[in-house]
Amino acid sequence: MIKLKDVSYYVLDEKTNAQKEILKDINIEFKKNKITVITGHNGSGKSTLMKLLMGISKPTSGEIYYNGTNITDLSVTARANLGITMAFQQPVRFKGLTVKNLLDVASAKTTNLNDVCEYLSTVGLCAKEYINRELDGTLSGGELKRIELAMALAKGGEVFLFDEPEAGIDLWSFEELIKIFKKLKNKTIIIVSHQNKILEIADYVLLLNNIGYKMGKKDEILGKIENSKCARLSEV
Amino acid sequence: MEKIDEELLQQIADLHQVPTGSYNIRKNGKSIGSASTKEIEIVPKTNKSGIDIIVKPNVKNKSVHIPVIVTEAGFKDLVYNDFYIGDGADVFIVAGCGIHNDSTKASGHDGIHTFHIGKNSKVKYIEKHLGLGKNMGGKILNPTTNIIMEDGSEFEMETIQLGGVTSSNRLTNAKLKKDAKLIIKEKILTTDNQTATTKFKVVLVKDGASVNVISRSVAKDNSKQKFVSKIVGDANCFGHVECDGIILNNARIVSIPEIDAKNVNASLVHEAAIGKIAGEEITKLMTLGLTQTEAEDLIIKGYLN
Repeated sequence: MIKLKDVSYYVLDEKTNAQKEILKDINIEFKKNKITVITGHNGSGKSTLMKLLMGISKPTSGEIYYNGTNITDLSVTARANLGITMAFQQPVRFKGLTVKNLLDVASAKTTNLNDVCEYLSTVGLCAKEYINRELDGTLSGGELKRIELAMALAKGGEVFLFDEPEAGIDLWSFEELIKIFKKLKNKTIIIVSHQNKILEIADYVLLLNNIGYKMGKKDEILGKIENSKCARLSEV
Repeated sequence: MEKIDEELLQQIADLHQVPTGSYNIRKNGKSIGSASTKEIEIVPKTNKSGIDIIVKPNVKNKSVHIPVIVTEAGFKDLVYNDFYIGDGADVFIVAGCGIHNDSTKASGHDGIHTFHIGKNSKVKYIEKHLGLGKNMGGKILNPTTNIIMEDGSEFEMETIQLGGVTSSNRLTNAKLKKDAKLIIKEKILTTDNQTATTKFKVVLVKDGASVNVISRSVAKDNSKQKFVSKIVGDANCFGHVECDGIILNNARIVSIPEIDAKNVNASLVHEAAIGKIAGEEITKLMTLGLTQTEAEDLIIKGYLN
């Protein structure tokens, strides 16, 4: 479904003025209609990889293919219209735009209360209470995170990128979150997560570390590590 | 009424037909329609151009429309409108001015509005400004609003300038007595080489008085905006001013705050933030399928909504 060929990503280290390696020579494929969970310690390049897939960042070298088509140079908008959808780790706040405004954009239609109810109830929010709320500082981090997920669902698509979807979500809705991923079983899902409960539903796991990466079927990867945060690639 | 008159009235006062209740429509310096009711009287001034709007005490849930349009090229209008809001009244007032000017001459309207807000009365006031027409002929609007608020009164003023006005200079002066509450919401969009200046001076003279000024502005192209606010707290009172601005291209926004606490129990706050549209907002909307331009337009539309 999505293939990365020799993808590397470097940034300029301002202290040393040298190129700093974030991702190096990644060659992987995210399989169609499967759940892949990307895990690894902080700073290992998980969110960077999501941004490369969405087109928010461009690889320093290498190519990205979507259903066999090279999309390396495609814009974020073009990728969104191809069917790639992303829920951000840190939801963006908008002064003046309401939940309805954003769900209208996401779903590409003028939503009514029933539509909004459908999207928001899935993430545990009451439509009447939120439909006209602005996505600004008056909403809590957890509320914003759920609305971020609702936007992704409203947009739809073939490939869903969820960057740490559990961050800021309480335990009750954690179970609901798992249900959302299970409902999207006929879609290609890529999730950045550290949570065992999310790792449990994965078909494939991509483990990133500062010395490389390892991708394989869940049991193959998880069987060798107890805790992804503490894992050393050399131990896998 | 000509088609352009209807278009201007629709845009500045949401009028699709002659309003019910009290109204006065002014075109090129003359009233072209006016009506009073027993609750809200409209009386033409005899010593200068303008009207007195007299709302009787305890009148509730009534509205009055007093839009102004200027369609004659090069016409400069000056009007004095005085509002007397009776004690205990609760009314909705729609004003505003639309200028259509296709010429190269400058057309303008200076509206001097003075509100006497009676005890425990409540007023919501909306004033929209708009300029239409090709060519470089000036569409100049210089509104002045004076507000004197008696004990326990509430005044909410919403001013909207969403395009086409080549130059505007807004002055607002308010004096608040005991427990009076003033809310001012201002929205301004400037483009091309337009300029807009707004100056607010609010004096809180008695205990319990409060004011909240919220200004949101967008300046594009080579336009310039200036926001000057002065809040004086001379009692146990509360004042808050928030000025948010988005700049694009070569535009400029200047914000000059002044908060003057003359009483130890005065609590005054000023917040200002000016900058370009946050990149992450554009990126998020692009992930939902919008182009960069569509994303910027939506962000500005929402911001000024």
